[in-house]
Amino acid sequence: MTQPLNYLKESPSQTAGPYVHIGLTPNFTEITGVYAEDLGIRMVNDQTEGDRITVRGRVFDGMGAPVKDALVEIWQADAKGLFNSPSETRGQADPNFTGWGRCPTHMETGEFVFETVKPGALPFNDGRMMAPYISFWVVARGINIGLNTRMYFSDETDANAADPVLTRIEHQDRVPTLIGKRDGNTVTFDIHLQGDSETVFFDL
Amino acid sequence: MSNRKPETGGFFQRDWTWQPPAFTPAYKTSILRSPKKALMSLNNGPSEITGPVFGHSEIGELDNDLLLNFSSNGELPVGERIIVHGRVLDERGRPVPGALLEFWQANAGGRYRHKKESYIAPLDPNFGGCGRTITDENGAYSFRTVKPGPYPWPNGVNDWRPAHIHFSVFGHGFAQRLITQMYFEGDPLIWKCPIVQAIPDEDAVRQLVAPLDMANTIPMDSIAYKFDIVLRGRRSTLFENRLEGN
Ligand SMILES: [Fe+3]
Repeated sequence: MTQPLNYLKESPSQTAGPYVHIGLTPNFTEITGVYAEDLGIRMVNDQTEGDRITVRGRVFDGMGAPVKDALVEIWQADAKGLFNSPSETRGQADPNFTGWGRCPTHMETGEFVFETVKPGALPFNDGRMMAPYISFWVVARGINIGLNTRMYFSDETDANAADPVLTRIEHQDRVPTLIGKRDGNTVTFDIHLQGDSETVFFDL
Repeated sequence: MSNRKPETGGFFQRDWTWQPPAFTPAYKTSILRSPKKALMSLNNGPSEITGPVFGHSEIGELDNDLLLNFSSNGELPVGERIIVHGRVLDERGRPVPGALLEFWQANAGGRYRHKKESYIAPLDPNFGGCGRTITDENGAYSFRTVKPGPYPWPNGVNDWRPAHIHFSVFGHGFAQRLITQMYFEGDPLIWKCPIVQAIPDEDAVRQLVAPLDMANTIPMDSIAYKFDIVLRGRRSTLFENRLEGN
């Protein structure tokens, strides 16, 4: 016999269900007067440093239909590559940037929109620099456990080509599923849950 | 908060034999919303081990009181008055202080306050169905509500959700992000539910069933259920390669 390790098990995930908005964005679903505003709807203010961008896109199911009851959260570094978090050890992030956004997909169009800044680059575990990216987390009815992915930027061709994560993807023809297309200040990033253009999702 | 420094280790690898797989055909919506390709494994880096912090300034006084946070003129919602309390821990058994918990539920008749909801059970004018709180230095939380009713849902022709409360949890790292559901001890619908059955392990299901907690009831007022939530544990940083790469 040995001593027991006594670790606990992570609580099993369950779907966010069709009514995730009630809990996470009640004002969006017209439950007003409980919270002054929904969390995560503002990432920037007038003083936020960096290149302002609008990130928009849709989540598609395996038939190519937009998912109109999803909820998307993003988490990203500030313009200098630092996270606004106590666990950030590399420096002090921009206090005028939260780094975190939450947006339900539109009930008719299925679109999500984030007003944010382009993140700075930050290092991979081995010290090599990664191309700038935004972390995405997607939940919805029919998704049993939240899906993690990343959006890289189409205007970072060289950095993307050297990125330690993107270059490690076995099927290189799937890399474009992780690239947001930049046009002016708008970056469009569609997420495909399934199908020929299924987005690369991560086990983090 | 304690004077412990924020932790910067990566999280324990997720146990995919304990978590529900994406494709669970008895839960029909999952069929077209499940990735078919393997997830790409990635060691945690700065974007996974960090996460946003939510302060008490963002939380209103009634946010953890679903009996009162939507009521008009102080009238109470219909239903069994309950207290739900517990702790947020990580896989090492350590409390997770400062975790943001958001919860939502149907009213006592099983009806949600949502545009897309059409169940025949009536709305309760005094019940909104959402609440939130932040765990204290011991990882503890509690809130007041009414016990939600079970409700039918379009999956099979006669599928019913067991009574449940949805929980969203923010720990200290974005890779700990979790949404789950709490069920109630003794509910016979738990073991018939395709969403519950998406979880492959019966012991894992039991981890989501809150026991009646007579020790924490308020006599002549509310009964209590205890629901602990476990987030991914962190590896020690002692012998890890420095993330900074220097
Ligand atoms: Fe529900």
